[in-house]
Amino acid sequence: MTAPAVHVQAERSQQDIRRMRKRMLLWLQYLVLVVLALLFLFPIAWSFINSIKLPSEAMAVPPTYLPEEISLRNYEELTTYGKIGIAQHVYNSTVVALITVAGSIILSTLGGYGFARFDFPGKNVLFIMVLSTLMIPFQSILIPLFVMIVQVDLHDTLFGLALVYITFQLPFGIFLMRNSFLAVPHEIEESALLDGCSSLSILYRLMLRLVLPGIVTVAIYAFINSWNEFLAALIFMSDQDKFTLPVFLTTIRYGIWGDVNWGALQAGVIVSIIPSLGIFLALQRYYMDGLMGGAVKN
Amino acid sequence: MLTKQPAGFNLSWTQRRKLTGLLFVMPTVAFVTVFFIIPLIMTVYMSLHDWPLFGERAYIGWENYQELSNDRQYLKSLDFTFRYTVLVTPPIFILGFILASLVRHNIRYIGIFRTIFFLPVVIGLGVSSLLWVWMLDDRIGVFNKILLDLNLVPKAQLFLGRPNTTMNVIILSVVWKTVGFTMILLLAGLQSIPDELYESAEVDGAGYFRKLFYITLPLMRRFIALALILSVIGSVLSFDQFYIMTRGGPRNSTISIVFWIFNNSFTYFKMGYGAAMSIVLLGILVALTGLQLYVLREKE
Repeated sequence: MTAPAVHVQAERSQQDIRRMRKRMLLWLQYLVLVVLALLFLFPIAWSFINSIKLPSEAMAVPPTYLPEEISLRNYEELTTYGKIGIAQHVYNSTVVALITVAGSIILSTLGGYGFARFDFPGKNVLFIMVLSTLMIPFQSILIPLFVMIVQVDLHDTLFGLALVYITFQLPFGIFLMRNSFLAVPHEIEESALLDGCSSLSILYRLMLRLVLPGIVTVAIYAFINSWNEFLAALIFMSDQDKFTLPVFLTTIRYGIWGDVNWGALQAGVIVSIIPSLGIFLALQRYYMDGLMGGAVKN
Repeated sequence: MLTKQPAGFNLSWTQRRKLTGLLFVMPTVAFVTVFFIIPLIMTVYMSLHDWPLFGERAYIGWENYQELSNDRQYLKSLDFTFRYTVLVTPPIFILGFILASLVRHNIRYIGIFRTIFFLPVVIGLGVSSLLWVWMLDDRIGVFNKILLDLNLVPKAQLFLGRPNTTMNVIILSVVWKTVGFTMILLLAGLQSIPDELYESAEVDGAGYFRKLFYITLPLMRRFIALALILSVIGSVLSFDQFYIMTRGGPRNSTISIVFWIFNNSFTYFKMGYGAAMSIVLLGILVALTGLQLYVLREKE
């Protein structure tokens, strides 16, 4: 073998080593990722596994790992749990979430359009006023909110709770929708304006389609936030029939209906996880857009 | 166009646009005023009163604020919330950074991993607390089952029975629930750094830690600040995990500020006193947000 050939070979094997090292690192990365993913999924999976055990097995001490028999009895028990069963609480949470979604969409779209496309006196002051509410968390104004809601007899109503949730969604919604409208070129409206269309019909016929992604994002956040919210729901509802799902589940954990029924509780956890998880998985792109638009650019 | 105006309407086109714009933002402004500005002013007003849920309220000046300094549980809650915040923030940040680094490049299947790490974020903190309190139970919980089966502990542990372990396991549960959010923020930061910078640094022979401290961390300063401050604000406001997992125990050692405000206002119905505590909380949060705006300000 001549000297240059050795040299080339040495270089080639060094390249091989580098490539192999890179591939090993990649495998290691996947290994770490898989282990971490399993750890992250474990609590949800464990809750699900226990929710489909027989109620007696779900209460076993020590617990079993895998169900001896698969059963939906825990879910059935939930339907008669407490005073009225879980269906009413799913209904309560759904109604509050839907009112919150509808209200957030309507107010954010109208407001976002107004702030993006019109000039009027006090516009900047009003915009800053709406956004400044982001600085002040609702936890610190819950006491007067409660006093007000009681005074107008809206406590223990799903509508009253939804009104409060809509307000919490507004700064984010207005910010996002204003940006969505700003991204639409002016020319699109101009011809319609010259034709004498009213602003409301331009918004409805022309613009809504163009800002739909923003509306979807606002809707997702309104739904997930109101579906998951705990503290305000706990304070504003004293009538057990009006409890939202998380508050109802907490009453199971506190054993208000007798011994803590852990199997039924886990069935309830699964029931309350499914909607927000489903919506997130189906509309992930819009959710992430909102996260980036709301948190990072802000 | 002006000819199209109905007779008797003497507004010019510009004036009409102004009015229309105002009408569009009116509902939002009304909501924010009624459910936000007024409650905010009312908090101040209530904090100067003795304000039971029912019965007579009376103006008492600064008395509620003076009472704060004698309220031992309030001071304990401040201290606990502060300690919790200091202890929970580093694990969230460090694990968030590790996860963001692991999912940074678009290698195959990486989207699935990003989604999995983020999943717990869309579950409510209340519901996740219900899940964890059950997993941590001494009799029926899976953690004790695993630890006992692996002979790692001699007998079942009361994780939520002693202040030290209580803090640790609550931190564990909150890290699981929230770290995906920090991961996404830091991922955005990592992806904002151009690859060429690393390439030229590698040519100069820079190793992992040099690149980390001279390129990565300085260039994603704003993302790091945002992730840290949002996580700190979330911890200062924490309530669900303590209300559900520990009910404030053992021996009232896990009553956060919001929890103590909740107890005073909605269990003892001392709403004026609760309002005074809310004002203090508000001060802390406005300071934190001010810090956030300062750190995140655009540099010319």
